[in-house]
Amino acid sequence: MILYLLCFLLFLIGLYGVITRRNVIKIVIGLVFMEFSVFLLLVLVGYVEGGEAPILDETIVSGPFVDPLPQAMVLTAIVIGLASNAMLLAIAIRLYKKYGTFDIRKINELKG
Amino acid sequence: MSQLIPLFVIIPLVAAFLIPIIGKFLEGFQKVLTSVAFLSLSVLTVYFICAGTGEPLLYTVGGWEPVRGIPIAIYLVADGLSIFMLAITSVVGFLVSVYSISYLNRFTAQNNFFALLCLMMGGMNGVVLSGDLFNLFVFMEIAVIASYALVAFGIEKQELEASFKYQVLGGIASVLILFGVTMLYWKTKTLNIADAGNILRTSQDKSFVVFTQLFLITGFGLKAALIPFHAWLPDAHSSAPSPISAMLSGVLIKAIGIYAIIRLFFNMFTLSDEMAVTITALGAVSMVLGSFLAMYQWDIKRMLAFSSISQVGYIVTGIGMGMIILARNGDQRVAALAISGGLFHMINHAAFKGLLFLNAGAIEHETHTRNMKSLGGLSRSMPITASTSMGASLAISGVPPFNGFFSKLIIIIAAIQGKFYLLAALAVLISIVTLAYFMKFQKYTFFNRQGARDRKKIKEVPFAMCFSMIVLAVLCLGLSLLIFPGIREVVLDPAVRVIMNASEYAPSITGF
Amino acid sequence: MKGMSVIVKKVAQLLSGLIFMYGVYIITHGHLTPGGGFAGGALLAGSMILLVLAFGSDVMGLKKRETGSSIIENSAILVFILFATIAMLVGTRVFFHNFLPGGTLGELISAGVIPLYNIFVGMEVGAALFTIFLALVIYKEEVLK
Repeated sequence: MILYLLCFLLFLIGLYGVITRRNVIKIVIGLVFMEFSVFLLLVLVGYVEGGEAPILDETIVSGPFVDPLPQAMVLTAIVIGLASNAMLLAIAIRLYKKYGTFDIRKINELKG
Repeated sequence: MSQLIPLFVIIPLVAAFLIPIIGKFLEGFQKVLTSVAFLSLSVLTVYFICAGTGEPLLYTVGGWEPVRGIPIAIYLVADGLSIFMLAITSVVGFLVSVYSISYLNRFTAQNNFFALLCLMMGGMNGVVLSGDLFNLFVFMEIAVIASYALVAFGIEKQELEASFKYQVLGGIASVLILFGVTMLYWKTKTLNIADAGNILRTSQDKSFVVFTQLFLITGFGLKAALIPFHAWLPDAHSSAPSPISAMLSGVLIKAIGIYAIIRLFFNMFTLSDEMAVTITALGAVSMVLGSFLAMYQWDIKRMLAFSSISQVGYIVTGIGMGMIILARNGDQRVAALAISGGLFHMINHAAFKGLLFLNAGAIEHETHTRNMKSLGGLSRSMPITASTSMGASLAISGVPPFNGFFSKLIIIIAAIQGKFYLLAALAVLISIVTLAYFMKFQKYTFFNRQGARDRKKIKEVPFAMCFSMIVLAVLCLGLSLLIFPGIREVVLDPAVRVIMNASEYAPSITGF
Repeated sequence: MKGMSVIVKKVAQLLSGLIFMYGVYIITHGHLTPGGGFAGGALLAGSMILLVLAFGSDVMGLKKRETGSSIIENSAILVFILFATIAMLVGTRVFFHNFLPGGTLGELISAGVIPLYNIFVGMEVGAALFTIFLALVIYKEEVLK
């Protein structure tokens, strides 16, 4: 149970970062925290108490196996997260070039 | 015929990855390949619509057959609703790709543009076809990451800022959706939408279901830009290059926002009264506030973006009313009317909002400004743009005989028959407000002679751009034929049937 | 972008080959051990990035490498889609079907097409990560001066 609560705490830390920080890079970091808290939860969902690795082998005949599907899902989600984070950072660098600052209070051309 | 389903994903993806290689050496390759690929998708869709049997077509990727009735493969499902959405994506995509041939001439990095456009198309087609929760998420991410890059394509101050906002809110939405998928997997131990639907139907744990539904509706609501989740849309849709704005407003928010809401809330979850009321309320609020916000805009594309929020509100209101009636076991006929109104408005909105954004692009292409105050008198120098945008403006504000009139009429009739008098009154009022701000757009852009400066230099846009605009304008008129029974039964009714008989989706895929 | 000191250069030279080989091992044994295309590809990209960081390069050189790696990336994913599409033409005629014989469990050459998929995913991921790195570096070198 404590692990699930820690996941939730990580999610809240990320959300706090996204909402309160003014620096573009810190917002990106907050977003990454949120993403990874959900990945952690996804891995925990597949965990089985005392489960074996789900590999076909002579030594492991029966018994509870951990669920391999969430692990595959997490890997896929990490790859997607990589792409979107690379995209975010590329945009952040270009924002810095155009505005000369990372402060989102000064990046406010679009309003209304 | 079900052998052809994966082609909807394969063709755009292959095109997307061929373009950066061959396009480097061969001038013009990227434009031709994108148009040909999207044209072949449109032809495939037309074939699917004409040969439709009403039964959902299944495709198991990798050939993994179900084990003891439990589906383990990734399923691609092409039922009426999916094919209806594919028709929207591929036809609008084809016209947008033709339009981009001329529009893109003043940009560099054309390879990147067309590759990303193909990637976005592949992602949207995947979302629409996927019968599996996690693949829906993956394809959605492919589509939105491509759209993040496309919004920032101009790499000026405003584009970058809009793209950053869009990415942060889109990232939060993706996290929430992934969380919803995780919770569903935790509870049902399956990712197949049909299988999960079977399990959720017998489950007693109501609080869990409501918890998951709230996360999913927030996530997909952010993608569909329903108010109060709309903050990114006006910036992103107005900063993107115009063909991409047409694609985002006309197709993307429907394919990954509204389609996903419909598919999950009708076909997977059991219909519940609270959720139906929530969705309808979100739709009604978007419908009203979006149009009032649009009235105050002087930037053409920004006004169109706010109007997208309002029109998406119409679609969601129509579908939500059907959902309420079905959840309360009301009159089936009225529910079918409301849902068909919503879906009809969805295809109409793709046509006229796509056309309006293409018009805005044509205006920007010639005059290099989007501010209505500094435009004027364009009706003489750009006759095709002026006439097509007049048609689209009349269609979106619901003037007969254009298509928007009929879909709004159906929604209003359904609202009155279902005794939602307030919604009916709001729909009529917002239709008038829509007419008001589109008249403002017409007056200041095309007719106001005073504001006009050096009109001599402005000419009509090149042929490829005109072609797309004319075809979409013809569609704006032609789609009103969908109210006639013979045509409606082929195009609209299969999609409505999938939503109406929501509980039959799961048995038709898993077999029990 | 300037290179680093002699010590860093020498160590990077020694290590990058080993890292590259380890990445290749992870990719080719993807169907037998934990790891596979993505993890191995990340290692491949890491070894290249190490070299670029240690030795430095001028913008022209970086651009040449970026062109090369983006072409590798795109062709790798095209071959991946090609394999998936070949499966639609042979055997049971299903997208992504494993059309090669399975072989014996635990052998290096077994599991049908899966090792091939792993190899091309590894190429794709390695080249993609390297391209992202180069794009950011080129932007920094060219524009942020």
